This record gives sequence, structure tokens and C-alpha cells, in this order.
Amino acid sequence: MIERKDVEHVARLARLALSAAEIEKMREQLNGILAYIEKLNALATDDVEPTSHAVPMVNVMRDDAPGPCLPRDEALANAPDRAGEFFRVPRIIED
Amino acid sequence: MTWEVVIGLEVHAELTTRTKMFCGCPTTFGASPNTQTCPICLGMPGTLPVINRRAIEFGVRTALAFNCRINTACRFARKHYYYPDMPKNFQISQYEEPLAEDGWLEIDVQGGTKRIGIQRLHMEEDVGKLIHDGTLETAPSSRVDFNRAGVPLMETVSKPELRSPEEAAAYLRAFRSVLMYLGVCDGNMEEGSMRCDANISLRRPGATELGTKVEIKNLNSFRNAQRALEFEVKRQAQALEAGEKIVQETRLFDADKGYTRSMRSKEYAHDYRYFPEPDLVPLKLEGAFVDGIRAALPELARAQQQRFVAQYGLPAYDAGILTQSRALAGYYEAAVSALAPGGSTASPASAKAVANWIMSELLRVVPGDDERAIAESPVPPAHLAGLIALIDDGTISGKIAKDVFEKMVRSREDARTIVQREGLTQVADTGAIAAIVDQVIAANPKAIADFKAGKTAAAKSLVGQVMKATQGKANPAIVNTLIEEKLAKV
Ligand SMILES: [Zn+2]
Repeated sequence: MIERKDVEHVARLARLALSAAEIEKMREQLNGILAYIEKLNALATDDVEPTSHAVPMVNVMRDDAPGPCLPRDEALANAPDRAGEFFRVPRIIED
Repeated sequence: MTWEVVIGLEVHAELTTRTKMFCGCPTTFGASPNTQTCPICLGMPGTLPVINRRAIEFGVRTALAFNCRINTACRFARKHYYYPDMPKNFQISQYEEPLAEDGWLEIDVQGGTKRIGIQRLHMEEDVGKLIHDGTLETAPSSRVDFNRAGVPLMETVSKPELRSPEEAAAYLRAFRSVLMYLGVCDGNMEEGSMRCDANISLRRPGATELGTKVEIKNLNSFRNAQRALEFEVKRQAQALEAGEKIVQETRLFDADKGYTRSMRSKEYAHDYRYFPEPDLVPLKLEGAFVDGIRAALPELARAQQQRFVAQYGLPAYDAGILTQSRALAGYYEAAVSALAPGGSTASPASAKAVANWIMSELLRVVPGDDERAIAESPVPPAHLAGLIALIDDGTISGKIAKDVFEKMVRSREDARTIVQREGLTQVADTGAIAAIVDQVIAANPKAIADFKAGKTAAAKSLVGQVMKATQGKANPAIVNTLIEEKLAKV
């Protein structure tokens, strides 16, 4: 069971600011998702290899060959703030 | 009270691939800020990473050199945390199925060698670089350069089998040597190509449980790693002896002040919520791919050092210095074989002479672990061999040879050219030398008297004067013989 404090914890990790009402709504929805996933336990999966990908492919790699980069101004274009050649970010350590 | 020190090291090495781990951006160090980025390494929505084959080859090469098992099931995973140097807010790394596990690295310890276990080796991507306007704690804002974000990074975790700060430093030296011999990392700790974190705890000798460990970050040189660990051994021992408990935490080493300090807990939240990276299918590394890499593994420094002792009759110390880099070892062997006529084996004497010249002269001019500087040495191996050959055949004296070497460094010419142009050829004409010997004896009645009075050192001073009068060009063996003969007669 997902409890209120679990939602708060996950929200903090994901940098989400949720209101009390939203926390309750998320709690209900997450529990609903978990209940749905629980249904899988009804299946016998002892002989099934855990799967991380639905496609039966391995070893997809590329050559170590340089490709085009973005011009700096384009790279910085969507940034909320810049300082000359750099992205600028607000104070990192919170008090 | 005595304590047993338990240290494990995590080393992050940037791989010298041409492009990043998951995109085609170049990895050139020192490029203008934010000019080596693309939508993939900036973490733009909708982009897809693709694994750099060469980075995986480098990882496998290193894992094999560390005697690891290459995992046939190998997957990437997302490691989630927020820090402004990481554009995606997750790092593509490896978690449960790393590239390789269970190997070892041999290190030098007091009076021998020791095998240190390697727990795992995995691949991930580097983060960007932060420039704080002031210190991290006080900076109102920071600047970010994402050129480094996405550069292939190889993390190797040792088992907690290092028993002292010295062993930790020895491990780092051996580690760096292997990476550089393999050509997978430039080993430059100042530029951050190789970075080290340490886990350290203390326990009673004989105890089987590990003590509470502390992680130290920011160890950016062999020396700082050793200093930080030495400080931490003292700090923990004092705390334990005062009956305090060690707090499991992350500490930063301040190299200027020489101590470790606790990092604020907010800088690190250890809840990474790893899960398999959905955008990268697994790797199945086996068969020809791994065999091909294994077959192409170069001889490593330790094996080369042992071979130099066996093959050239060198002292282990000399062989150790000559194998500090693959380039220097290659230089040595090229010079030695240039001294051996027509593919024959060089004599132990000339093999040792080459070692001496490299250690006492060449390494003053060229840093022994700088592959490029050695490749571009003003005195190439053939020229050094040529100089030694001129000493061996009596053309010049060893003393003159040192001056010739200096001139070779400045002009990049070979020894014979300089010797011929400047008339430095050694005088081996006994008649000409005898005349000078006579002059010197005639001019030094006091030395003769001293010699007669039993002061044999007087003979040496006469030899010195003859060498001086000939500007070092007289053959020293002939001078010695002549002086001995003359003195016997007076
Ligand atoms: Zn890129």
C-alpha cells in the first residue's frame, strides 16, 4: 500500500510540489496502478526470464565516428538563463 | 591501540574515444564551452542514445587486463538524481548487470606484490562541468559547460582489500599504468581523466565484521588520495578511541587545508531508483568480439618489467622506471636494438648503458610518462644509440658524450654530425697524449712529491689535469696508463 509519506517522498525526489489534495489523488492512483500490476502475480512466471525490452535485439552499437554538434547559440537557445558561453543555473546548495 | 585499515577504491576513467558514449559529439578536452553538444547529450525530449562500440571495446579490454569475467548479460540502467551538471536528470549507467566482475590487479607493496580484488567494472556517461561564482556554498549562481556531458566513463570498484593509504596509492599507480598501456585513458588526473573516490573504515585486527565506512570524494592525485586517507585513518582512530561512533557519511578532501570535511547531506540523496534503460537494448558480449580483444591485448608494464630484467639483465629498479609508460619502454627497446648489429642481441653492457642514459639524461629532458613528448623527443632512440656507439668505439669519452647529448637536445642532430663538426673526437694518439703528460708532470713537482710520499690521490689529480689540458678529449684509459708508467719511473 502506498501511503501519504511515500507520495511525498517520491514527489520530493522528482522535484514535484504537490498540494494536499494532489497528494491524496496521487496516492489513490498509484495504489490503483499497483493493484493492476499485482494481477501479474496470478500468472506462473517461474520459468520466464525477466525482460527489460520487448524487442528481441542485442548489441546495437555505432562506430566511434564524430557527427555534427549544435552551434552554441542553438544549444543555449532554450535555456532559462545563460552567462556568455555558459548555461547559468541558480544557487545549488539550499540552506 | 592498533587498528586494521580497510580501504576500497572507486576509480572513474574517461575513455579516449573520439566521440561520446551515446552520441557523435567529439570529446576534445579544452574545447570552447558548450560547442560539443547535441540534442542527445543535452537530454532533449525525443532523442535516442546509441552505444559507442569503441567505448565497449575499451571497457572489455580493460576488464580482461584486470582478469575480470565479462558478463554475457550486460545492460544499461538509469540512475536518477538532480544536479545541474546533468542535463537529463538521470545518468545512463549500469547497475545489476555490469560489463564485468570479479578480477584482480597486482600492486607493489613493501617487500613484494599483492593482488587486490576488482569487484566490478561498468560503463556510464560523464556529467558536465560546473563553474561556481565563488565557492559552492556561497555562489549565487553557477555556470555549466556540457562539453563533457556524455563522455564515456568507466567505473571500476575494488574490493575492500587495501590495508593502508600507501597501498591505496600503489593501487592507483598500477591502475593508471594498465589504463595507459591499454591506450584507453590518458591518465591525466589534473584534467580529471582519472578520478578517485575511497571508502575507508577501521576495525580491530582479526575482526571479521567491517567497521562503519566513510566515503571520501575529490581525490584528484595519488598524493592527495594518500594524504586524505592518512588524515581519515587518524580521525577515525581518535574518534573510536574516544568511544565515539563513526558516522556513515560522505566527506570531501580539502587539498589546501589537508583535511576531510563532512559534505552537507543535501548534496547527496542516495535514492537513485535505478531501472533498465528502455532506450538501449542489452549487450551480449561473447565469442569473436571478446576473443578478438583478448588476442590484441598488449604486454602490460609488470610483464614488460619482468621481461626487461630477464632479457636485458637490467636491475628491477631500472626496468621499473623504463616501463612507466609504453612509449618509454618502446623507446628503450628501439635504442637497444639499434645498438645490436643486424638483428643480433645487444650485449648486457650496452643494454645497461642505454638504461643509464635514459634515466640520467633523457628523463631530465622528456617526462617519462608523457607518450607524446617521448614520441617527439629531440633525441630519438636511434640518435641515443648512435651516441653510445661513439663511446663504445672510443671516438668520444663519456664526459664529452654528456656535452654532445646537450647539443643533440638543442639541435636535434645526431651525435656523429656534432662530434665531427666540432672536432670532439677523442685523442687516442699515445704519442700526442704522452707529450701532454710530460708537460703536466713537469709543471707539478708538488704532486710528484706527494705521490712519492705515498699519497696515491696525487696521481688522480694529474690525470684530471691532462684531461683538462685536452678539453676532455684524451682517451682516459691511455692517460691512466701513461701517468702510471711515468710515476713508476720518477
Ligand atoms: Zn552529443
